[in-house]
Amino acid sequence: MPEFFFDSICPTGFFDFSNPTIESLRAGRHSDFTPMQNFLLIASTLILLCSFGYTLFRLGSGRMRPGRTNLAALIATFILLSADLWLRGQIERSCPINSLFDVVIFTAWSTTLIYLLVGSAYRLSLLGAFTTPLVLFLLLTAEFAPLDRSPTIRAIRDPWIEFHASLSLIAYGAFALAGLAGVMYLIQDRQLKKQKGGALLYNLPPITDLGVANTRLIWLGLALLTIAFAAGFVSGMQVNTIKFWTSATIWFAYALMVVLRQVHTLAPRRTATLSVVALAFILITLPAIQHLSAPK
Amino acid sequence: MTILCAGINHRDAALEIREKFAIGDHELVETLNHLRAIEGLSGAVVISTCNRVELYASSITPAPVMNAIQQFLRSRTSGLEAPFFTKDSLPSVRHLFRVASGLDSMVVGETEILGQLKQAYSAAAGHGSTDAHLNKLFQHAFRVAKQVRTETNITRGATSVGSVAVDLAGKIFGNLGGRKVMLLGAGDTSERVARSLVSRGVRTVIVANRTFDRAAALADQIGGLAVHFDHWHTAFDEVDILICSTAAPHPIVTREKLEPILRRHSERPLFIIDLAVPRDVAASVNELDNVYLYDIDSIEKIANQSLNIRQAEMVRCEALIDTHVTDFMHWMRNHPTPTL
Repeated sequence: MPEFFFDSICPTGFFDFSNPTIESLRAGRHSDFTPMQNFLLIASTLILLCSFGYTLFRLGSGRMRPGRTNLAALIATFILLSADLWLRGQIERSCPINSLFDVVIFTAWSTTLIYLLVGSAYRLSLLGAFTTPLVLFLLLTAEFAPLDRSPTIRAIRDPWIEFHASLSLIAYGAFALAGLAGVMYLIQDRQLKKQKGGALLYNLPPITDLGVANTRLIWLGLALLTIAFAAGFVSGMQVNTIKFWTSATIWFAYALMVVLRQVHTLAPRRTATLSVVALAFILITLPAIQHLSAPK
Repeated sequence: MTILCAGINHRDAALEIREKFAIGDHELVETLNHLRAIEGLSGAVVISTCNRVELYASSITPAPVMNAIQQFLRSRTSGLEAPFFTKDSLPSVRHLFRVASGLDSMVVGETEILGQLKQAYSAAAGHGSTDAHLNKLFQHAFRVAKQVRTETNITRGATSVGSVAVDLAGKIFGNLGGRKVMLLGAGDTSERVARSLVSRGVRTVIVANRTFDRAAALADQIGGLAVHFDHWHTAFDEVDILICSTAAPHPIVTREKLEPILRRHSERPLFIIDLAVPRDVAASVNELDNVYLYDIDSIEKIANQSLNIRQAEMVRCEALIDTHVTDFMHWMRNHPTPTL
C-alpha cells in the first residue's frame, strides 16, 4: 500500500524532530503533553459531559425529545478528537495508536465517526443519547485511568500494519454502535412487553428499525474487521498467539451472529443480546490485547 | 386598538346549541361582509368547527362593536337562549393562544384545531377582512402553538383505543405501509382500530367471524378479505397485527397454538390487540419472543396515562402562553393606530 494513502489518514509528513514534546511522550510523561492536546481532550470530555447531563435532565423531567444536542456534541467531539489525533500523528510519526491511551482515544474517535456516518442514515432517534455516554466513558478512561501513555516506537514502519490496526479500531467502533443499538432494542422490547407506555417507549425508535440497524452495524463491523485482518496477513507481521486467538474469536463470534441471523436461526432479540455481550467482551479484552502487542 | 372575541364553544354549550350557530363554508363570505359592515370594526376572523363558533375582531371602539357582534350572534339563534362568551383585550388574546395550542380543546393537546385556525385566518385574509393587528395576532398564535407543541408534552401519547393501537404498531413496525392485519371477531371497536390502521397505510385486512356474512360485510366495507372463523390460522402466516374481539368464553389464541405458527413467521414481530372481555388471548403469549400482546385494560391505561401527562403539562403551557400574551400586549401598546 502506498505510504501516502496512510499519510492522508494520519498525516505525519510535517514531523519536526526538534519538537521537544516527542521526548516527553516517549518518556510517558502525560503532564508534558502540549497545552493544545490537553485542551482538545478536556474540551471534548466537557462537551460530552454537558450533553450527557442535559440528556439526563431532559429524561428526568419527562421532556425527552430526540433533539440535536447530542448530535452537535458528537460533531464537536469528532472535530476535537480528529485534531488531537492529527497532532499526535505528527509527533509520533505514525497513526497515533501506539499505546493503550492512544487506542482508547482512537476507539472513542472511531465510535463517533461511525455514529456520524450511520446515525443520520438510519434516523434512529436517541442513538446519539446512547453513543454520548459510551464515548464519554472511553475519554474519561483515557484521561483518568492509569493507562500506559508512552508510545512504542516501531522498528519498521509498515503502512499495511498501520492500516490493519487503525481499521480494526474503526471496526470496533461499528461493533460499539451495534452494541448500543442492541441495548436500545432490549430496552424497547422491555417497554413493549411491560404494556405500560411511558416517555421512553415513545422516544425510542421502532423495535423493527433497531433490529435492522443492529444487524447492519454488525455486518459493517465484520466487513471492516475482515479487511483489517487481510491487511494484517499481507503485512506478514508476527503476531502474539493470544492476541491472534482473541481477535479471531471476536471475528468468529460476529461472523456466526450474522450467518445465524441470515438463516433466521437467531432471533433479533438474541442478536441484540449477543451484540451487547460481544461489546462488553471487546471493552474488557482491548487493554489485554494492547498489552500483549506491546514490544517487550 | 382592542382585540375582541365572542362566541360559543363546547365548554358551555351542548352540541344541539352549537350546531345552530355553525357557520358553513357557503356562509363565510356573507358573515364576513356582515361583520365588516359594523361601524368601528377594523378586521374580523370567523372560526367555525364542531366544537366552537368564535368571532375575533379588532376595533378602536370596542363597546359598540361588541354589542353589534352579540346582536349578530343572537340573530342566528332564532330566539334560543345560548351561553355566549365575550372577551376583550388581554383575555381575548390569551383565549386565542390557548385555542391554537389545543388547551381549550375537548381532547386537550389535539392538533387539528391549529389547522382549522389557519384555514379560518387564511379565508378571512383572502377576503380582505383582516387588519395589521389581527394579522399579527394570528401569526403570533401560530408561533405560540408551535412552541407549545415542541417544548412541552401536551401532544404526547394517544388518548383513544384506536390511536393507542396505531402508536404502538408504529413503535413495533415503524412504517405500517404493507403490513397485514387480521380481525378475529367483527366488533365495533376492532373495526375502528382496523380503520385507524388502514388510514396509516396497512395493506391487507383479513376478517374472520363466527358469522361469515358479518365478516364478509365488514371486509367489504374496509376493503378486506373474509375467511371462515375455523380457518383463521391457515391465513395467519403473513399477519403482522392480530385484533381479537370475539365473544368466546375462553382464550382462543394460546401459546401452544401460536408457537408452531410463529415458526413460519420469518421472525417478523407480531402485535396482538385483545379487545375481548373475557380475553381471547392467553396472557402467556406475551412471553413469546417477538410477540407483543396488549389487552383492553393495558390500552386504556396507556390512553389515561397520556391524558394525565397532558393535564400535568397544562401549567407549563399556560406559563409559556402568559409570556407570549405579555409580548403581544406590549406590541399592541406600541402600535395603537389601526392600519388596513
